[in-house]
Amino acid sequence: MNFVLDIVQATFRVSTPIVYATVGDTYVQRGGMLNLGIEGMMFAGAFFGFMTAFHSGSLWLGLAGAVGVGVAAAVLLGFLVVTLGTSQHVAGIGMTLLLIAVSEFTNRLVFGRPETLPKVETFGKLLDQSVLTYLAFLALVPAGWWVLGRSRFGLRVRAVGENPEAADVAGINVFWTRYAALMVGGGLAAAGGAFLTLAVLGSFTLDIIAGRGWVALAMVIFGRWHVGRAVVGALIFSAIYALQLRLQILPGWDAVPYELLIALPYVAVIVALALAGRNVAYPGAYLRPYRRA
Amino acid sequence: MIRLQQRAAAPRGFLVAMPVAAVVVTFVLTAGIVVAAGANPVDAYRQFLITPLQSQFSLLEVLVSMTPVLFTGLAVAFAFRAGYWNIGAEGQLLSGAIAAAWIGQHVEGVPRGLVIPAAVALGAVAGALWALTPALLRIRFGIDEVVTTLLLNPVALLLVSALLNGPWRDPVTKFPESPRIAASAELPQLVDRSRLHLGFALGLALALLLWFVTTRTATGVRLRAVGLSPRGARFARIPVERTLLLAALVSGAIAGLAGVSEVMGIQYRLTEGISPGYGYTGVVVATLGGLSMIGAAVAAFFLGLVNVGAGTASRVLDVPSQLGEIITASLLLVAVALILFRRYRLVWR
Amino acid sequence: MPAADTAVGGGPGNGAAVALRGIVKRFGDTVANDGVDFTLAPGTIHALLGENGAGKTTLMRVLYGLTAADEGEIRVDGARADIRAPRDAIRHGIGMVTQHFSLVEPMTVAENVMLGAEGGFRLDAAAARARVQDASERAGITVHPDARVGALSVGERQRVEIVKALSRDARVLILDEPTAVLVPQQIELLFEALRRLREQGLAVVFISHKLREVTAISDEVTVLRRGQVAGVARTSDVDERELARMMIGRPTMGVQRDAVHAGGEPVLRVDGLEAEDSRGLPAVRGVSFEVRAGEILGVAGVSGNGQTELAEVLSGLREASGGSVQVDGEPGRIPEDRRASVVGELSVAYNLVLEQLDEFRRGPMLDERAIRRRADELIERFDIRARPNDAVQGLSGGNMQKVLLARVLAREPRALVVSQPTQGLDVGATEYVRSQLLAQRERGAGILLISEDLEELLALSDRLVVMYEGELVGEFGAAEVDVAEVGALMAGLRR
Repeated sequence: MNFVLDIVQATFRVSTPIVYATVGDTYVQRGGMLNLGIEGMMFAGAFFGFMTAFHSGSLWLGLAGAVGVGVAAAVLLGFLVVTLGTSQHVAGIGMTLLLIAVSEFTNRLVFGRPETLPKVETFGKLLDQSVLTYLAFLALVPAGWWVLGRSRFGLRVRAVGENPEAADVAGINVFWTRYAALMVGGGLAAAGGAFLTLAVLGSFTLDIIAGRGWVALAMVIFGRWHVGRAVVGALIFSAIYALQLRLQILPGWDAVPYELLIALPYVAVIVALALAGRNVAYPGAYLRPYRRA
Repeated sequence: MIRLQQRAAAPRGFLVAMPVAAVVVTFVLTAGIVVAAGANPVDAYRQFLITPLQSQFSLLEVLVSMTPVLFTGLAVAFAFRAGYWNIGAEGQLLSGAIAAAWIGQHVEGVPRGLVIPAAVALGAVAGALWALTPALLRIRFGIDEVVTTLLLNPVALLLVSALLNGPWRDPVTKFPESPRIAASAELPQLVDRSRLHLGFALGLALALLLWFVTTRTATGVRLRAVGLSPRGARFARIPVERTLLLAALVSGAIAGLAGVSEVMGIQYRLTEGISPGYGYTGVVVATLGGLSMIGAAVAAFFLGLVNVGAGTASRVLDVPSQLGEIITASLLLVAVALILFRRYRLVWR
Repeated sequence: MPAADTAVGGGPGNGAAVALRGIVKRFGDTVANDGVDFTLAPGTIHALLGENGAGKTTLMRVLYGLTAADEGEIRVDGARADIRAPRDAIRHGIGMVTQHFSLVEPMTVAENVMLGAEGGFRLDAAAARARVQDASERAGITVHPDARVGALSVGERQRVEIVKALSRDARVLILDEPTAVLVPQQIELLFEALRRLREQGLAVVFISHKLREVTAISDEVTVLRRGQVAGVARTSDVDERELARMMIGRPTMGVQRDAVHAGGEPVLRVDGLEAEDSRGLPAVRGVSFEVRAGEILGVAGVSGNGQTELAEVLSGLREASGGSVQVDGEPGRIPEDRRASVVGELSVAYNLVLEQLDEFRRGPMLDERAIRRRADELIERFDIRARPNDAVQGLSGGNMQKVLLARVLAREPRALVVSQPTQGLDVGATEYVRSQLLAQRERGAGILLISEDLEELLALSDRLVVMYEGELVGEFGAAEVDVAEVGALMAGLRR
């Protein structure tokens, strides 16, 4: 029983950063875009969130700082892929490289090479879960679902991702709507990154994101661009992750290199895509920049 | 509102003007960061661009430093030309590196003339194998290769870690490094008392070969046709799936060679830090080179310059060496924006 | 034509709902609109007539804010209007139904009607339904608010578009080639709705290149030719011949086949063919026919009834899910979507040899000089207005079609599968393409001609079949075609 409870607890903890990024990226992809900057946005959120919290002494200010950095990065990416219509693959990878480099650069400038890692007190907990986890599952997921399906903003995001010409003819500002979707995605990805520094570790390390951004991208596709299904995907991924975390410390399992166990959830994502992602219908204007003729 | 307006032909001299403009714009944009680090931007950029060219030693270091990203750049460019978005060069590199480290540990006493071709072949196969699954998923089930190639990167890194912390851990030092490879598996130096090794020459030869294939053969035209318009290519009875598979596997193989070259030419062992993101830098190299193989070689040289320059700038000016990575990434973003001006001009209204 | 201009619509700004003055729009070297004046009075149906490429659509896109004009001004109700985007046009009471529609397919009718005029952050489904209801009553047409647009026929989609415009209180309704996708019976229904809207004081712009429809529905007509106004008139004051002269500037002969051919040996035989569309739904259902050497078999039908999938199967672009296809040799193929069937960024020369690259090799290398020679030869023979090294994407529709024709016909195939060969081409290119097809027929090729243009089918085919919902529902010899009967079959009124 304890074992199961442990796994459930760990699943929610592990899933929280991915859920933030996944909900946000659902808007990005529904808007017809692929954000390969997401890994970098999580990374920058983790670092700048930590830095802000460290210097201001306020975790919430740290979280806000992270979101701000994510939104700013999204605006820059938006300029490239929405306004200019450049390759989303290349611009996205460029964003990730840039954000990681800037974060590491600033880390070195601000913290130098300390003997011990600088730390902050992490967010408070309730029944062994961070407040940010409650925020994710009780507020963000329902709100993300409702806004996408039942609000003007959601309708417009879906329209510009499916058929930007039609949205334009209907009087919608395609550019602004896509920028806004990217900003939602960037802000939430950064918040997910900040969760790792401000709610889990209390410090910043260079391998902190470790591909979680790519997992979020995959979860959105796995969930066929629905918030609920994508979050379920994130929970399944996290459950496998939590399971392998337990297995690592279980007697008899120490013969298996723990790195292979960590790799398991990533492989599971690929398998999940192979099973659930076959010939799925991507948003109609996926990867297509919009220009009036 | 800024609008893009299509133009009929690329402006004259674009091929030369674009990279120069990209470098200038990048340096202007990153100047603030240099100042924030407490250095004079002009000094810093001299360290980046001029100083490495002023001594034979540092010039050779530039060539050493460009070698891995030349391979990954060629790999990415080859795949991108066919419209196959292989962002997994990092994982494919590591796969090739594992193969090289494996063969290097088992060829004590075998002559170099046999070991090196065998290692090159094995590394290429290993890279191609790492690229195979995403390619098949894409071709058979229409699953986007971007995400799958990306996800396999951390998997490859974890595999390397597992090997280095497990069976391959150096028995002497107990560091998470594989044992040193056999002497016969070391790539020979091209210049005495430098680190420049055969891998560099191999990379250049490969660039030439791929340049020939992509621009002078029917296969090259088919690759481009598939990349530019899969539908148009299919209509012209070009086997699109087979072409994509070819692009993916060749790309993986080339990326695998980057791993071989680093293990057998520089480190002489497998380490966890064997690639500080060379696979991702390959995207930069390929894009800056305009997806041309010769262009990729030029771009790789430039990034080698920035990389060596970042090292000296960090020593001389006490600027964190990540400045080099910031410049590299910024350069990519600036270049991807400027490439548009080949076919568009900006109008304000 | 300022003289005629003042005779119609009361002159600029004088009670006119909309007036365009001196509109100039250039695309690169081509001038799509060259100083066009256009005046639209309330309560009229105003035809904008011209052949493909005359600048009709561009002019209306300027009015609707989809295209920014280089010069000229727009006046609405006498006041200068600054229209930079569709939302500005909508605010001025202008609605537009674009030729290929602007609907979001996975969404419902109500969602599409709401889009851009949601009336609050929270979507109100009931209000949207009411708006749909109200607008469809005004036009006297029915649409179901909860239907998914992707599941609707083209005729139904058009109705959704009209409802969408009306629900925003459009006083000006622009319809771009609204009859192109309709069968005769549906056209009459559309006209009824338009007359009804005219009664209510709406101004309707009816873009068309079909003279008969223009004279049937419009009160006034503006004719465009090569980007300039070639004439403005009350429709009752002019006849079709006069309009044709204004539109084309020269008399047309009309390319038409000679006597009906009986055909020889079968060169293409299709038996019980089944195929699915991209969503996996059955699109071609048990289709059987034969095309014989030296005949043209026409396939009529409203788009979306399986013709595209049939052509794709016969072109090797889609797997059949059942039945058999026998072809004499490799079929030559003229595709429906020509822009997607070339590799636009490659040169004319490469596109001309793309199917046979291996025949242009010297050792491992491509023989660039042989490719160049071949290109020069085909450019000459098919009168392609381009140089071998030009990128195909810069060519006009007519020249692009000639590239595809040249690639195919140079190989003298025994069987040809031709889809929508003249869609979007101007009169000269249309005549050229049709005469080439007839020349192939003379040569003894068997041609399957799939077209939505009934006139084209009647002019060229020796036999005609009608396709409806994936099945062949009627066959006619060229001599015995009854247009009303064909229209009824196309609309699914009879089977």
